[in-house]
Amino acid sequence: MPVREVLLAGADDRDLTKLAEYQAIGGYAGVPKARAMTSDDLIAELQTANLRGRGGAGFPMGRKASLIDRSSPKPKYLVVNADESEPGAFKDREVMARVPHRLIEGCLIAAHAIECHDVYIFIRGEYLTEYEILQAAVDEARAANLFGDVEITVHRGAGAYICGEETALLDALEGKRGQPRPRPPFPPVQGLYDAPTQINNVCTIATVPTIMELGAAEFAKIGPESSPGTAIFSISGNIARPGNYELLLGTPMRELIYDLAGGIADGRELKAVIPGGSSVPALSPDEIDVPLDYDSLGKIGTFFGAASLIIVDDRCCMVQLALRSTKFYMHESCGKCTPCREGTRWMVQLLEKIEAGEAELSDLDLLDNVGSRILGRSLCALGDFAVYPVASYLKKWRDEFVAHVELGRCPYGGESSLEGIVAPLDAHTHHPTVEVPA
Amino acid sequence: MSSSLYDAIQAERAKYPAGSRSATLHALRLAQEEHGWLSPDALREVADALDVTPAYCKAVASFYDMFHLAPIGTHLVEVCTNLSCALAGAQRVVDAFESELGVAPGETTEDGEITFRTVECLGGCGYATVVAVDHRYRQHVGPDDVAGIVEELRAGS
Ligand SMILES: Cc1cc2nc3c(=O)[nH]c(=O)nc-3n(C[C@H](O)[C@H](O)[C@H](O)COP(=O)(O)O)c2cc1C
Ligand code: SF4
Ligand code: FES
Repeated sequence: MPVREVLLAGADDRDLTKLAEYQAIGGYAGVPKARAMTSDDLIAELQTANLRGRGGAGFPMGRKASLIDRSSPKPKYLVVNADESEPGAFKDREVMARVPHRLIEGCLIAAHAIECHDVYIFIRGEYLTEYEILQAAVDEARAANLFGDVEITVHRGAGAYICGEETALLDALEGKRGQPRPRPPFPPVQGLYDAPTQINNVCTIATVPTIMELGAAEFAKIGPESSPGTAIFSISGNIARPGNYELLLGTPMRELIYDLAGGIADGRELKAVIPGGSSVPALSPDEIDVPLDYDSLGKIGTFFGAASLIIVDDRCCMVQLALRSTKFYMHESCGKCTPCREGTRWMVQLLEKIEAGEAELSDLDLLDNVGSRILGRSLCALGDFAVYPVASYLKKWRDEFVAHVELGRCPYGGESSLEGIVAPLDAHTHHPTVEVPA
Repeated sequence: MSSSLYDAIQAERAKYPAGSRSATLHALRLAQEEHGWLSPDALREVADALDVTPAYCKAVASFYDMFHLAPIGTHLVEVCTNLSCALAGAQRVVDAFESELGVAPGETTEDGEITFRTVECLGGCGYATVVAVDHRYRQHVGPDDVAGIVEELRAGS
């Protein structure tokens, strides 16, 4: 079985939230090792490891570190993206809850590489229990004098998906509305407080201690050459054994779905897999032999994304799926640029019309057209994230959209699994009915 | 303003470079915990403690879903209805809360005890349906669990 644990190694046998337990399995040994190296050498080592960012885009972590303007007179910052709000994703949460010291050790190593003394971990506000565990681990490691001249601050968000976008995250961390910044300048040159900033996902940073432990050359041999290492895959939806599975990159998707996660729940038929969290193009059942790595998924027109598979069975109406998804992106659009702010609203209106059986065939083309005018024309990728999945549903399950038009109603006749689902957007106009106390 | 709120906000400010506004979200959260919601008074207290204007505080607070600019109940029940929970039957959980509490999503019970709303993905998709009860996650919640949760809240308050 292609399970080789890196991120979660040891967590089944010991309570790795405790410093002593983590140190008993060799934890924090990577920090003195890293500190014995020059920053240049450490960055070179990280580049050799070819660890690709686990937050979505897959950019090599070591190369990112090499872009940090270390000659700047300003402080350098390391920011860990623990905002995890992509629908379908719950892997960073498990890392923080079960192996917080591995993340902290990774922070200390990465901080040394970019000559940084201030690390911020931005954790989504809803993760209260995980925040408490992580903060306790930070305090314990600091008290054990493991930090040296580095300080780690855990910064809680307050509920906004867009804060996972790295420049919106920086604004939120600066105490503002979390809206993306125009680029350039890019964060390695001008990031937090206008200073050079490295931003990485939780799982990216929590993998760094293993690179120190094995050596970059050995690490690079784990899994496929183009994307070494493991990833935690979150799998949810209509699946028999949902949960997190840490696997070698390159593991066939079919193996995860059918062998590890037990196949489709309730004996139903697989209809679609949204492989990277809800923001990526969906795959049909004949496409699931794809290896789970950045390049293989890219080749068949989708994305690795947040390594989070949403399994959809044959009870789900694809128009309802598109509508619920688009309501999320409309709700989370920060409103800064027109194509995303207005376009997502227009998409919701069109999808509502289609679902209600009131659309004409030309509305399907209009939906496609609206999407094509958001794609690539928005300030950040959220606009694209709204369009990618819907465009794929419209293309691969077009007959379902057409059936809504031709029948003048939803072909599921009220029996779809998403029938009547109430999105937060739908309740937006309701206000709590309590009187303001005098 | 309670001096403890003021002091707590200053302690947060000290964690960030002088002159930055990075403590804003923490300050708003602390004020909300004290007041129950971000009333005009609460926003003014935050503004004073941070040396910014109340308008700035309201502008920031209004951006984030966890801040309440209108009063809410003593307890907050939030049901995730994003894709994975929805596919696993979240709407049945929503319906159960609606009939148990007698209010629609986004509303508060008449006695001011429980505010109930639907929320976007909470990051527990593999353990659907996820319900945050006063910010603590309940996982694998089904319609049959709803009466017990409501009873527990009513008994505790
Ligand atoms: C709308 C949006 C939401 C995002 N949400 C997250 C997130 O929750 N966590 C994350 O690590 N990256 C997220 N990203 C990607 C980040 O912008 C960034 O690429 C990533 O944190 C870099 O880390 P990595 O190189 O280690 O992957 C998001 C991007 C966009 C456009
Ligand atoms: S694409 Fe959407 S979320 Fe991103 S900056 Fe524009 S409006 Fe904001
Ligand atoms: S979809 Fe409900 S927790 Fe993610």
